[in-house]
Formats: sequence, structure tokens, C-alpha cells
Amino acid sequence: MGNKQTIFTDEQLDAYQDCTFFTRKEILRLHGRYHELAPHLVPMDYTNDPDVKIPLALIVNMPELKENPFRNRIVESFSEDGQGNLSFNDFVDMFSVLSETAPRELKAIYAFKIYDFNVDNYICKEDLEKTLNRLTKEELTPEEVNLVCEKAIEEADLDGDSKLSFADFENMISRAPDFLSTFHIRI
Amino acid sequence: MPRHKLIASESDGKDNEFSLYYVEVEENSQGGQEKQTTRDGKRRRERNGEVSRRRASEKRTTEVDTKRAEKKHEKRHKTARKEGEKHEKRQRRKNADEEEAEEESNKEKKNIKNERTKTLRRDDEKEKDVKKKRKKHVKNEEDNANSGKTKQKDCHDMPLKEKKKKRKKPETTSESESKSESDSAPESKDNQAVGVLGSLTPEELEKLKEAVDERKKLIATMRGKPWPMKKKLVVLRSSCVLQRQETLLIISFLYYSNCQKWMKFQRDFENFKTACIPWEMKIKEIESHFGSSVASYFIFLRWMYGINMILFGLTFGLVMVPEALMGKPYGSIPRKTVPREEEASAMNFAILWDFGGYAKYSVLFYGYYNSQRAIGWLKFRLPLSYFLVGVGTVAYSYMVVIRTMARNANEEGGGDDTSFNFSWKTFTSWDYLIGNPETADNKFASITTSFKEAIVEEQESRKDDNIHLTRFLRVLANFLVLCCLAGSGYLIYFVVRRSQKFALLGLENYGWWERNEVNMVMSLLGMFCPMLFDVISTLENYHPRVALQWQLGRIFALFLGNLYTFIIALMDAIQLKRAEEEIVKKNMTIWQANLYNGTVPDNSTAPPITVHPADIPRGPCWETMVGQEFVRLIISDTMTTYITLLIGDFLRAVLVRFLNNCWCWDLEYGFPSYSEFDVSGNVLGLIFNQGMIWMGAFYAPCLPALNLLRLHVSMYLQCWAVMCCNVPQERVFKASGSNNFYMAMLLVILFLSTLPAIYTIVSIPPSFDCGPFSGKTRMFDVIQETLESDFPAWFGKMFSYASNPGLVLPFLLLLVLAIYYLQSTSKTYKRVNMELKKKLQTQNEENKKKNKLAALKAANELEQARKAGEQRSSSSQHTQNSEPPVSSTHTTTRPPASRGHTSSGHLPGHPQQPQKNSHSNRR
Repeated sequence: MGNKQTIFTDEQLDAYQDCTFFTRKEILRLHGRYHELAPHLVPMDYTNDPDVKIPLALIVNMPELKENPFRNRIVESFSEDGQGNLSFNDFVDMFSVLSETAPRELKAIYAFKIYDFNVDNYICKEDLEKTLNRLTKEELTPEEVNLVCEKAIEEADLDGDSKLSFADFENMISRAPDFLSTFHIRI
Repeated sequence: MPRHKLIASESDGKDNEFSLYYVEVEENSQGGQEKQTTRDGKRRRERNGEVSRRRASEKRTTEVDTKRAEKKHEKRHKTARKEGEKHEKRQRRKNADEEEAEEESNKEKKNIKNERTKTLRRDDEKEKDVKKKRKKHVKNEEDNANSGKTKQKDCHDMPLKEKKKKRKKPETTSESESKSESDSAPESKDNQAVGVLGSLTPEELEKLKEAVDERKKLIATMRGKPWPMKKKLVVLRSSCVLQRQETLLIISFLYYSNCQKWMKFQRDFENFKTACIPWEMKIKEIESHFGSSVASYFIFLRWMYGINMILFGLTFGLVMVPEALMGKPYGSIPRKTVPREEEASAMNFAILWDFGGYAKYSVLFYGYYNSQRAIGWLKFRLPLSYFLVGVGTVAYSYMVVIRTMARNANEEGGGDDTSFNFSWKTFTSWDYLIGNPETADNKFASITTSFKEAIVEEQESRKDDNIHLTRFLRVLANFLVLCCLAGSGYLIYFVVRRSQKFALLGLENYGWWERNEVNMVMSLLGMFCPMLFDVISTLENYHPRVALQWQLGRIFALFLGNLYTFIIALMDAIQLKRAEEEIVKKNMTIWQANLYNGTVPDNSTAPPITVHPADIPRGPCWETMVGQEFVRLIISDTMTTYITLLIGDFLRAVLVRFLNNCWCWDLEYGFPSYSEFDVSGNVLGLIFNQGMIWMGAFYAPCLPALNLLRLHVSMYLQCWAVMCCNVPQERVFKASGSNNFYMAMLLVILFLSTLPAIYTIVSIPPSFDCGPFSGKTRMFDVIQETLESDFPAWFGKMFSYASNPGLVLPFLLLLVLAIYYLQSTSKTYKRVNMELKKKLQTQNEENKKKNKLAALKAANELEQARKAGEQRSSSSQHTQNSEPPVSSTHTTTRPPASRGHTSSGHLPGHPQQPQKNSHSNRR
């Protein structure tokens, strides 16, 4: 187990385990994946917390994210600078939230961020249109998209401001039967 | 400090690190003290003015020293050679972080810790001229506080420094830690600990404990917090500091170290547990390629494997092993010996493959077991154990299935209302697990179609073009399906009857086909009928999901029909065997009489003649026959599954892949293409397989073991097949919704398969010369026998009272009443729930209307105000009037929140966002 000691100290591993839903082994595996993305950038040794960030373009090419229509948004909403550059901490954070064991509330918060394309803390019609177009690869006609957006807002909007605040979104998503089973990524 | 410098420059390794650390600690403690001094008012500065100045100069030199030493150290370790500056920057930033964390922890700490000192100080200020004694006391207190601060600081600087130094061995860390601690405050530690402990009142102790508990709670819920990792780590570190402080204060030293150990153990245990889940990685891989629906099959398979593992453990540990170890050995009694006429061929592979010969007369089957009440030196009650294990397997299966169903129902609870149809479709339809381009394409297509369908439904403009035609077609399709079902049922019945005829005439005269006809026919029917149904269902023109359910229902009916035909035919066979048994019984007495008459004509007291057990005539033992049938069925079923897999999937994939280059049309996307993974069919196969296990396990204890083997192999084989030669299915079958569907089918099958087993156990008398219950009129007599002979008399009496129909019937009645009551209450709850929902909805709508009205009103007012303002402002300056109206329109677009938490527009944990938000809104 000499390998473990050189990547992280025990304290770091414990801290990560406290902060995420991962086991020790999984954290090390995550580091492996992170290292794989940019072997020349990411050191194998994380005991001194190097300040390394991997740009969005590399992360989006992971097989887990590659097919996801919201991949850019996922990475962006988990990056600290909002531009999609992920440090290892952000990386672990991302997969922790998207892991199976994360609670629904936590997932809802980040799902809201992901679907909030213009980062204004509301899911407005624009965001919905973008979501729909990504979901269907723009197969729907503009009228259809319009109709769906209107219906969706009408359904979920509780305070009548014709856009979805986080409260609306949470209320809607908390009753969705498939949210938990679909909003996770295995790594 | 020349000494440190000297050491830092000269010595290397541990010593170097240690001395360096020492310097830093010194510096920190001084810094802390200085801070403290600046905080304390004038009085103190006056007193300590000189000292602090001197210390400051000292500190500067130390800083220089440390920096130099650090650089040297870095060079020596060759780790961050180029990043010298960066490193320092980071360090500074980290220190800032540390400061934050410290503030946070201090906030809590300060109130408690400095309370006493503060009050004392206040007193002190009030009476400035009072005796020096008191001042001294205060000073002591402050010193204590200072040293406490120092400790705190170096405590939470510790991890950082450690990281910087990159120790290779954790032991050295702890060592130096302890050393540095003892170095930095060697004498004050004890004093402080004792002093603080002595000076703290129980209330303060309580407070401290509370604070610590709060921290612990925070750590426990840390992972659920939507904070970025950095913040988490900082908070964690600060709480870590707190914890260490507590340990220094010895408030609950043992308590916390134990706690830590316990937490560590829990964590390790958790790690171990996840490492123990079998096939997790395989399933994850499949899930990421094919989405959750295919993975749900494998998860179901794994679940099944777990159940079978327990069934196997029960039968193996409590029935098979005791009989094999402690029972009479092979060849001791007739039921444990191969009869003379079968001896010659008993070792032939064909016979063994059919579970005849030696396999038939072994622990694998019911007939081998002896009816001796207690065996071995343990006095193991084998017949009782056999019976209880048989009952226990079924009971356990019921329990597990129902528990799982209840859990699933809980998870799904409330998901059935369709008030958020479109939003759900928008936000939850993408499966984040998908990592395969083809699956992704299919998913895109299915999402698009589902949207289109929903839109069409919403518009309700679709006209049924020809309702009569579709009706006619549907009726026709159902008729055809019924014909298929009846035909397959009749075919099986016919084949089973024919096989009985063959069996009566002796199987040896027939070939392989005649011997395996029943199983082959059943397997073939199971293979081809679903395809036929699929073709027929295209007539019906149903919605795909509805069509899928119809299809599943039909296959279910087919399998069930086949199984029950098989069972009915088996019942017939049992009756035949029993008739045969009667004849054998009669013949037996004649044979015995002949034996005695022939060999010992006159002397009746002579020792009994020893006849080799293989020569003694015996009954046909219908139980073993039933067990054999089930085992054969399972084997042939498994074989067909594997062969279909190899031919239908693997060979097809190979052909399509390699013939595609030299073929006239595109094979990959044209007619044959690659096969899809058929989730529903596979699940059904698994369920029926399990049903057969439940049915046959009583008569063939080896069945769970066989099934375990089968599941194990198919796990690997199917995983491989899926990954190598299947394409993801186009039809969407949601995993979450279907889980309980599978479970419900499993429950039905469990019930249906226990019925015949229970019927045979209860109503058919066991064979007279084989099995653990031979010689009894009914199998369950073994319970009564045990009650009579193994339990005290009063217990048997009580049991007989309890099993009295006069008691049992009221009890049953009570149960029924309870069920009725619970059901009706749940119904009312449901209704109330619905009403509440409706109320909520109407309220929401009202709110919406109100809000809209309010917004309109506000807009009107605003308009008027603006007009007025414009009129007014036209006379005054022009520069100011643009800003206020914009901001006020901003407020009107968001009417006052109607609900408590609607105002929480921004996300928790991200305080920087609201500003951004308002900013962007204003834009």
C-alpha cells in the first residue's frame, strides 16, 4: 500500500471521505482518472495540495460525460471560477454530488445550477429552450418547443412569475419518480 | 536564532524538519502573543511595550531565518523547485484561509473561553487602583489564554506544515508533533490544562461540550452540504483544530479519542462493505454503456443470487451435510443403494447427466434420506430439519420479496401524479449514466418521440382514423395469442403424457430425443412463442409502453401455462407411481414370505437372512421422480438459455460483423443487425427459473446449489455477451418504474409455485420406503412426533390447544379484520391526501392570480409614477431619472413571494450569487 501514502496523506483521505460520498479506494481511483485526463499537468503526488486545474475541454471528453448533452453545464457549475476549469477538489465534488448515495436535496441544488444556463438563479424560458434543444438534438419545431416550455413553466411555477425559482424547481423535482435514478453518474 | 539556523543548515532529514518546525512554532506563538497584545488595551501595551518591540524585532529575524531554512529545505527535497514563489503565494493564501477558519472557530471559542477573562478584566478596569494580587491573577489568566491561542494556532497550522514538508512516514509526523508541542509550551501545558479545568464551571463545560457536539454534527452532515470542496475542507480543518483543542483541554480526552477510533473503524468497515459487493464494477460498466434499464436486469440477477445463496446455505448446511456426514453411509440400506438391475449402467455419463444412476441415489434427492429420527452423536433431528428447511425457504422468500416490494413502494411513493408531466420530461428524462454513443442516440430519439406524443396528447387533435379496424385487429391479435397459448399448453400436455408412456415401457429403448422431449419442447416453446407474440402485437398498434406490458403479460401467461401443464402432468405421473407403489407393497410381503419360506423352512428363531440391499425390491419413490424432473427442467432450461445466447447473440454478431464487408446490403443496420439485450424477456426467464427452484427444492435439495451455479455462470456470460455483441435496445423501459413490476411478478410466481408444493406435502402420503418421512401417513406428522417426544408434555398440550380450530378460526378472523381495517384506513388516507393536493393546487392558482393582479396593479402605479416623475424631472436634471425606474420595474417583475421559502431564490451555500443575480437582472 505504499502507493496510497504517496498520493494522499491519511488525513487528506479522511478529510475527503468526510466531505464526499466516496470510500478511500474510490477517491484514489478518482485521482487516477483525474491524472489520466492530463498526465503532464496533474502530479501523482497530492500531499502538498498542488494548485492544478484541468480545463473544460479535457474533462468533457471523459467517457462518462461525453454523451451527456449537458456536459458543459455540469462542468461549469461545479468549477469554482464558473468557466469550467476543475481543480481536483471540484472534480471530486462533482462526482460526489452525482454519486448514487448523494441525497435528493443536494442533487436538486446542483441540478438547478446545471439547468440554469445563464446563471441568474432562475430557470427562465430561455434556459428551458436550451435544455429542450439539447435533449432532443433540435428535432422539435420552434412551436413545439414553445408549447413545451410554456406548459412546463405553467406546471411548476408556483409564484406566478413565469420563471422557475429554486423553490419551484425543488418542489417539482422532489416528486419526480426518475430523478434519483437518472441523475447520477457512476465512475 | 543562530542555533536553529545551524541545525537547519547542517543536519538533514528528520532533525532538520524538526528544528525547522520548532522555529516556525516559535514564530507562530510569538505572532499569536503579539496579536493578543495589540488587542489588549493601552494598559497592557504600556506595560509590555518594550518587550513586544523586542519580540517584534526577534520575530523579524526568525522570519528571515525560517524563510532561508525553508528554501534550503525545499532545495534539498527537490519537490517544488521552480514554484518557489508560487509556493509562497499559495502558502499565504492558505494562511488567509486558515485565518478565516480560525475566526470561525474562534467565534465559538472566544465567547466561552474569554468570558471569564473578560469579566475579570472589566472588573480590573473598574477598580484600577486595587491590589496587585488581583492583577497578577488576571495576568495569569491571560497568559493561560495566550498559550491556549498559541496551541490552537500551531494546532491548525500543523497539517499545513506537515504537508509542506512532505513527510514520508506518518510516524515522524506524530513524533515531531508531540515533540514540538512539548517544546513550545513545555511547562504551560500542564498548568494550563489544570488551570483551565479548574477555572471552568460545569456550565462552561457543558457549553464546550455542546459546541463540540455541534461541530461533530457538522462533520457528519458535511457531505450533504452544497459547498465547494475548498470550503468543506477548511471547515473540516477548523473543526479538527477544535477537536484537538478539546483534547488538550482534557475535557473529554478519552471520549474523543474513542470517538475518533470508532469513526475510523466505521469508515473502514464501510470501505470493506463496499468492497464486498460482488460484480459492482461489472454492473457499473454495463450501466454506463447501456443505461439503467439493462443494468437493472443485472442488479436483479445479483439480488436473486443473494437469495439463492441463503437458500443454498439453509439446505446445504442443515440437510445435505448432516445426512452425508452423520447419516448411514451409502450402501447400508436399500434406499441408499443402486438397485441390482441399474447397477451396470449407473456410472454411464448419459444416465448421470439425466440424474439417474448414482446421482439418483445420493444426497441430491429426497429418496436418499433416512427416516431415522435422530442421527449422529449430535442427535440431529434430520426429518424435522428437512421439513423445517423446506418450510423455511419458502417463508424466507416470501419475507424478502415482500420487504423489497414495500421498500420500493416507499421509494416510489407519490410519484404517480402527472401534474408535472412536461417539467419532469424536461428535467429528468436524460439518463446521466449513458456513456455510449448508440445508447445516447436512442435516448435522444426516444425523448423526442415522447415529447411529440405528449404534445399531441396535449393538443388532443388526433383523430382515431379507423377505430373499428383497430378494434377488430386487437381482438384478432388477442384471439391469435390465445390460440398460441392453448396450442402450447396442449403440446406440453401431449408430450408429457407421451413421455410417461415411454417411461412405463422403459427409457432404455429410446433415443436422446424421446428422453428429453418434454424439456426440449418447453424450452423451444419458451423461445419461439415470444417472437410470435411480438409479431402479433404489431397488429394492435398500441403505445410502446402499453405494448410492452401486453407482451410481458402474454409471455408470463405462456410460461405459467406451460409450467402448470407440466405440473398437472407430473401429478398424473405421481398418481401412476403411487398405484405402482401399492403393487410393490403387496409384492414385497409376498417376496418376504417367499424369502423366509424358501431359505428357513422350519426354524423361526434363526438369525435373519442378510440380503444385499441392492436386491431388495423397492417402491418407485415418486418424490425422487418429481425432484429429478425439476432438475432436468432446470438443466435443459439453462442449456437453452446459454445456447441461444451463443448462437443468437454471439454468432449473429460475428457473422454480421465479418460478412458485412462482402454482402450486398448493409448487415449492421439492415435486416439481421446486432441483437438487442432483451431486458424483460431475461427478467421473466429469471423469475420463472426461480419459481421452478421454489417448487422443486423440497424434493431435490440440490436445486438451490444448481441454481447458484447457473446464476453465477450467467452473470459472467451475459455480462460478456452484453458488452461484446449486443446493441442497446431502442425501446425504453424505465428501470425505476419496472422494479416493482418485476417484484410483483416474482411474488405471483412464488405464490403459484408454493401452491403445488404445499398440495403435495399436505395431501399426498409419502412413499413407504424412501425419504425422511417414510412410514408416516403425512409429511407434516414429523412436527407432531417431535412435539410429543422432544418437548415436555405441557408444551404439546398447549400446542394442541392452540391448534384447536376453535382458537385458530377466531385468530384468522381477527387477522382478516385487521387487514380490512388497515386497508380502509389507508384508503381514507389516500383520499385525504388527494383532497389536500387539490386544495394546494387551487390555492396555488389563486396565489398566481393574486400575484398577477398585484403585478398588474404595481405596473400601473409605476407607470403613473413614472409619468409623474417624468413630468417632474423634465424640469429638473436629466441624468438621474433613468436609474430608479429600471430598478423599480425589476421589483415588479418579481411580485411578493407567496410562500415562506419562495424568496430563497439564490442557492444556499453560494452567497456571492445573489449579487451577481441582481446585477444580471438589472442588465
